Amino acid sequence: MIEIKDIYKSFSGNDVLQGISGKFEEGVTNLIIGGSGSGKTTLLKCMVGLHQPDSGSVLYDGRDFTPMTYEQRIEVRKEIGMLFQGSALFDSMTVEENIMFPLNMFTDQSRKEKLERVDFCLERVNLAGKNKLFPAELSGGMKKRVGIARAISMNPKYLFCDEPNSGLDPKTSIVIDELIQEITEEYKTTTIVVTHDMNSVMGIGDYILFLHEGKKFWEGSNKEIAHTDIKELNDFVFASRFMKAAKDKF
Amino acid sequence: MNFTNFGRYILLLKSVFRRPEKLKIYLKEIAKQMDYVGVGSLGLIAIISTFIGAVMTLQIAFQLVSDFIPKTIIGSVNRDSSILELSPTISAIVLAGKIGSAISSEIGSMRVTEQIDALEIMGINAPGYLILPKIISGITMVPMLVIISMFLSITGGYIGGSISGAVTPAEYIQGITTDFNPYTITVALVKAFVFGFIITSVPAYEGFYVRGGALEVSQASTRAVVISCISILVCDYLVTQLLL
Repeated sequence: MIEIKDIYKSFSGNDVLQGISGKFEEGVTNLIIGGSGSGKTTLLKCMVGLHQPDSGSVLYDGRDFTPMTYEQRIEVRKEIGMLFQGSALFDSMTVEENIMFPLNMFTDQSRKEKLERVDFCLERVNLAGKNKLFPAELSGGMKKRVGIARAISMNPKYLFCDEPNSGLDPKTSIVIDELIQEITEEYKTTTIVVTHDMNSVMGIGDYILFLHEGKKFWEGSNKEIAHTDIKELNDFVFASRFMKAAKDKF
Repeated sequence: MNFTNFGRYILLLKSVFRRPEKLKIYLKEIAKQMDYVGVGSLGLIAIISTFIGAVMTLQIAFQLVSDFIPKTIIGSVNRDSSILELSPTISAIVLAGKIGSAISSEIGSMRVTEQIDALEIMGINAPGYLILPKIISGITMVPMLVIISMFLSITGGYIGGSISGAVTPAEYIQGITTDFNPYTITVALVKAFVFGFIITSVPAYEGFYVRGGALEVSQASTRAVVISCISILVCDYLVTQLLL
C-alpha cells in the first residue's frame, strides 16, 4: 500500500500541488485523473522521488520515502516498476537488453535464468519472439508493452504508469489497460496510473483520485464517478460529446 | 558557466564518482566508450596532426630567413611546438567538437525522452552509469591520442619539409634529436589528461540538465562545445604556467 499525506509542491512560486492526500491499496488499479496541468504527473514524480515535495510524506507500506537518504531510496526503488508516457526504452539496446537491464544491475542470476525471465515477461505482454528488435522498430503500442515488460521484470511491489494510453488508438489502449489490470490482480501490486483517458477511468478505475488545479476534488470508484454533483469533475468526465450523449441517454 | 552552474557541475561530479552498482557492467561500458573516443577519433587526429606538422615546418622555414640560423632549428621548433602546444590543444579542441557534441546530444536526448528518469526509478545512479565511463575513457584515451598526434605531427613536418625542400631530411632529423627535454612530454600528458576530463565532463553536464525538446538538446550541444573549448584554453594557460 502507498499512502500520501498532505503533499505540497511549487515551482518558482507556482503552487502545483496543494495538500494532496490519498491511500492506494495493493491488488487494485488506482487512478490519478485530472485535466492537463492539474498536477497529476507532478504528484506521480513526487511519489517516486523524481521531484522532492516541499512538504508532506509518501509512505511505502509504512516506510516514509521523503526523508530517506539516496542509499535508502535505492532499496525502495528496487521494488518499483514504472511505465513512462513515452515508454523511455533505451534506444541503444534491443528489447531483450532493455528488459534484462535491471536484472543485470541488481541480480546475480545466470544468463540463462535472465533470458528465461525476459521470455516470460515478453510472453506476459504478448510480444514473444520480439527479443532482438530495437525500440525504433516497434509501434507505439508495442513500445508500451515492452515498457510494461521491463517494469515487471524485477517483480515490483509497486507499479506506476504515466499516461499509458497517450498516443495509442482506442483498441490498443484497452489492451494496455487490461494488461495493467491483469498484472495488478495477478501479482498483487500497488498500481497507480496517471491518466486522462475516460475509457481507462470507466474500465479499470477501482480507486480514482481526481485532481483539479493542484487540489484533490474527489475520490471514489468508477461506479461512483458518474453520479456526483461536483461541477469540476462532471466537466472533466463528460467533456467529450460521446460521454455527454451517454449520460443523456442513461 | 556562472557560479550556479559551476556548483551544479561539482555536485553532478560528486554523484558521478559514487560507488558503481555493478562493476562488470561499468567496465563493459568503459570499454565501449574507449573504443568510441579512442579508436573512433584516431583517423581524424591522424589527418589533422600530419597536416599541421607539415604546415608548421613550411611556416618556420619561411620565417627563418637568416643565414646565421641553422636549418636544424626548424626540426627543434616543430618538435617542441607540437609536443607542448599543438598536439594537446588542437587535438583537444577538435575532440571537443567531435566527442563533446556527441556526449551532450546523447545524454540530452536521454533526458528529454525520460530514459534518465527510467534509470533513476530503477535505482541506478544515472550520473555514474552514464557519465563515469565517458570521463574514464576521456582521461585515458585523450593522452593516447595526443601521443599519436605528437608523433604524426613531427612526422608530418618531416614529410612537408622533404617534399617542399624547405629543410633536408638530415637537417630535420638532427633538429628533432638535438636538445630534447623529456619533461615536455610530461607537460603535454598532464594537459591531455585535464583536457580529456573537460571534453567529457562539461558536455555530459550540459546534456544531463537539458529541459525541453530537440531544440534545447541542440542548443545544449552547441553550448557544450563552446564552454569546453574556452575551458581547454584557460586550463592550457594554467597548466603551462604551473609546469613550465
